[in-house]
Amino acid sequence: MLDLEFGKYEGFIWAAYGISALVFVLLTVASLRFSAHWKRQAEQLKAQEDARS
Amino acid sequence: MISAPAFLSNPERFMAFSRWAAPLFGATAVLLAVTGLWLGFTAPEDYQQGDTVRIMFIHVPAAWLSMFAYICLGIASFLSLVFRHALADAAAKSAAPLGAGFTALALVTGSLWGRPMWGTWWVWDARLTSVLVLFLFYLAYMALRSALDDEAKAARACAILALVGLVNLPVVHWSVNWWNSLHQGVTVFAKGGPKMAPVFLVPLLLMVLAYMAAFGALWLVRIRGEVWRRRADAALSRLART
Repeated sequence: MLDLEFGKYEGFIWAAYGISALVFVLLTVASLRFSAHWKRQAEQLKAQEDARS
Repeated sequence: MISAPAFLSNPERFMAFSRWAAPLFGATAVLLAVTGLWLGFTAPEDYQQGDTVRIMFIHVPAAWLSMFAYICLGIASFLSLVFRHALADAAAKSAAPLGAGFTALALVTGSLWGRPMWGTWWVWDARLTSVLVLFLFYLAYMALRSALDDEAKAARACAILALVGLVNLPVVHWSVNWWNSLHQGVTVFAKGGPKMAPVFLVPLLLMVLAYMAAFGALWLVRIRGEVWRRRADAALSRLART
């Protein structure tokens, strides 16, 4: 049965889960932004090259 | 017939593969995590540790992934150093921040578990110290990477650093056997089978698989970004020459 009352350990447990969730969100956002940024840059530069040739 | 490493060493093939594999790994990670967390939060309290046992479902996967990511970093660095393959170097570079993230999580969640169980946030014990050294290797790798402008020199220097750091992995794993430690000994891979009740073991293994799938997804996304970055750099150089 699901019971989310952790008594005197509540602070430790939720802090551990909260920090883990935060790190996962940060890693995911940073990775997606990094990839999207360089994809855009590469495509723009390729378009400039094509326009010159 | 092309072997898997040869198949993935071609950037075009890698980009085609990772385009569908990254979201697939991501979705798998979410499904496994939801199932693992449900089973973890509905499991009974541990008779000794009480509810703090629930920290295990995120601490142990983070600790295992901190080592798994370093093994990936080491293999990619070896391939980059020996074969001078750009994609292997991109894979090594992309694994470092993810490994650092998992190691930081292992240290922080371990501390949050240790305080109520051991009565201290930190102790200079062999396991904790060797994991801290692992974290410092990740930081050193990233610092060295960003300190060198020459891509080839950075790849070589960082690969050597990464290979040196591999020495620390057996120390992390066997530290609890080699020295007296506050940290508990080997539990899942113990001789004679896991020393853990299935009600805890099943959600733990599901969470380990979820973390591995998440690492796989994020690693592929970061390698794709690194490939795009190198393509952009190459295009910029060509434009500057014309």
